[in-house]
Amino acid sequence: MNLQDYFSLVFSDYTLRTITFGTAILGAVTGMLGSFAVLRKQSLLGDAISHAALPGIALAFLITGAKDTNTLLLGALVSGLVGTFWIRGIVTKTHLKSDTALGLILSLFFGFGMLLLTFIQKQPNANQAGLDKYLFGQAATLVESDVWLMAIVTGICLIVMLLFWKEFKLLLFDPDYTKTLGFNTKFIDILITTFIVLAIVLGLQTVGVVLMSAMLLAPAAAARQWTNSLGTMVFLAAIFGAFSGVFGTAISASQDNLSTGPVIVIVASVFVIFSFVFSPGRGLLFRQIRFIKNRRDLEFQKTLAFMYHIAETHEDISHPHTIKILNNFQGFTRKTLQKLADKNYVTLDGAMWSLTEEGFETAANLYNQNFKKHE
Amino acid sequence: MSNAQLEIQLIASLVAVACAIPGTFLVLRKMAMISDAISHSILPGLVVGFFITQDLNSPLLILLAALTGVITVILVERIQKTGLVKEDTAIGLVFPAMFSIGVIMIAKNANDIHLDVDAVLLGELAFAPFDRLTIGGTDIGPKSLWVIGIILLATVALLIAFFKELKVSTFDPGLSASLGFSPVVIHYGLMTMSSITTVGAFDAVGAILVVALMIAPAACAYLLTTDLKKMLGLAIFFGVFGAISGYWVAHWLDASIAGSIATMLGVVFFLVYLFAPSKGLIAVMYREKRQRIEVSLLTFLLHLKNHSEEEERHVNHLNEHINWQKVKSKTVLDLALKNNMILINNKIVSLTKKGDEFTSQAIDYIITNEDTQIEDMKKHFFLFRG
Repeated sequence: MNLQDYFSLVFSDYTLRTITFGTAILGAVTGMLGSFAVLRKQSLLGDAISHAALPGIALAFLITGAKDTNTLLLGALVSGLVGTFWIRGIVTKTHLKSDTALGLILSLFFGFGMLLLTFIQKQPNANQAGLDKYLFGQAATLVESDVWLMAIVTGICLIVMLLFWKEFKLLLFDPDYTKTLGFNTKFIDILITTFIVLAIVLGLQTVGVVLMSAMLLAPAAAARQWTNSLGTMVFLAAIFGAFSGVFGTAISASQDNLSTGPVIVIVASVFVIFSFVFSPGRGLLFRQIRFIKNRRDLEFQKTLAFMYHIAETHEDISHPHTIKILNNFQGFTRKTLQKLADKNYVTLDGAMWSLTEEGFETAANLYNQNFKKHE
Repeated sequence: MSNAQLEIQLIASLVAVACAIPGTFLVLRKMAMISDAISHSILPGLVVGFFITQDLNSPLLILLAALTGVITVILVERIQKTGLVKEDTAIGLVFPAMFSIGVIMIAKNANDIHLDVDAVLLGELAFAPFDRLTIGGTDIGPKSLWVIGIILLATVALLIAFFKELKVSTFDPGLSASLGFSPVVIHYGLMTMSSITTVGAFDAVGAILVVALMIAPAACAYLLTTDLKKMLGLAIFFGVFGAISGYWVAHWLDASIAGSIATMLGVVFFLVYLFAPSKGLIAVMYREKRQRIEVSLLTFLLHLKNHSEEEERHVNHLNEHINWQKVKSKTVLDLALKNNMILINNKIVSLTKKGDEFTSQAIDYIITNEDTQIEDMKKHFFLFRG
């Protein structure tokens, strides 16, 4: 199947439609909530939580013996929350720093989860196959009810986010001020964190434990480059996330042997790279262009100023000088000279140059302007 | 205990020691998550190395994979330097991308490659004794034992040779730069060593457990001591303890050795987290509670000193006016009485000479903004602490 087939089949084929909708919704909700994680400098929390969810899945299976997705995800949610609040406990109550706490919870919970999974695999009742799909996720196992669950959770997230928008925003940028205004910061904080955990848990089935953190971060990091407004960023992150989901599914469906999770992550990473390079405000490309332009302006001004100092020593400001004497300093290039001539600041005559009246005026004012700017 | 069992425990212990040493420095330098990033992003390096060498234990493969780890670190730093995102976001962006590339490479070449992603994440220590190294027809032990042994030797040699430099650059990068040891060289040296250790260890124990073995023992040790040498020693001890006890738990449950080592480390960490003297949860909470009561006591004494009128010094006044609960006022009163700070006469509280002296000194410290001195003062005055 190639990409064209995919797009013609996506609305008619049940499996493709389900997976595409599922990954799109997942991308949107993780992008939305990921924006908060990124801005709160909790980027790696997602990684820790998704790993910490694994023992919950295994325990839920051990207790109920059923492979019902909702039960397993409930287990994942509980153990993800336990992990999150333990991380917080470690950071606030002991000397350990947040990176150590994250790494600890991530690896220890994951290790415990693996212990349980291998333990389950050795059990005689052979109903356990498929639990390891949560490691890397298998979008192909999504069914319509899963997608409905995602859609409902996304809807709740949206409603809560709109209801508490002001509080979320305040807490994000100025927690102390939020507290002095009398908001219950602890409650808002727990609310955001719980929703982040919820979004991660939802994604486990599709993208898997290991790659879930990228779903949270990449769309948000990409969106951050295009705007300075929180609302726009959340919206853009949701769009980027949804498109990563759709494109990722399309690419993985059109090739053999490609699991959806890693492809979605790669697509999301491409969004990030594109944003890093091409965003007009912060992007590397435009930053470099601005940098070069500023340097040019500076060289231009330097040349003009140098000429002004030479011209100052002569009675006739338009007394011609050789271009060679400009070589004494580094700002001069043939281009800047040409530019000066184009602006009618100097007149060129073979190997000689002379400052015009206009050029002299501008050069004199150049200093005044700069001087004023510094004040 | 059979020969294979002994070998597995030996390998696990060596891996634990080899991980604990760089792990200690990573934890101290607040770079613990870098080890997670490295352990994931070596995957593409491993796959490429495996294409070339067809052998998971070949030195070339280890070097290639370690190189990928170092590239990851450089990439993270580059992204961070652009200022577009924070450091943690940079880490979180790079390693899933690298890992995804690795997974896709494996999936696309599933037929030619005997490398399973599960095996990469979890390793299979139980099979390690079966892959043996033979030189000239004689069996000299499992390959992974040799690999990790050599890495451990190199780590220990580097640790002894550069201990002073590592110590200075970890605790005071500015000083180390001014003394002439480049913090950059030490930083990349440590990163390279961590990468090599991760690659060497992951074959036996898997990518995630490497992180557990690097961070958990060092974190436990960090809560127990403030001395670098002791911390290294404790980290090694906890690592080896986790490895060996983990092996036996896995043996008993018939489950993944890597997972159960991580679980044992988790249990150890949980105990240390709760019970570590002075830095553990219980010690911290106890100290906080004591400080709260002592602050209340001080407030109460200040109140007494400020008011000479009897109604302000009545015991019931505590409950009504200062708005303290009964239990709290009783604790504070008892503490003050035990320390001979106050006298209660007919339910009227008054300061003793000692209490008066204590309060005056405390006021002095408070108005000169030297609140920390109060802690020393308490040692001098208090017979009983809160």
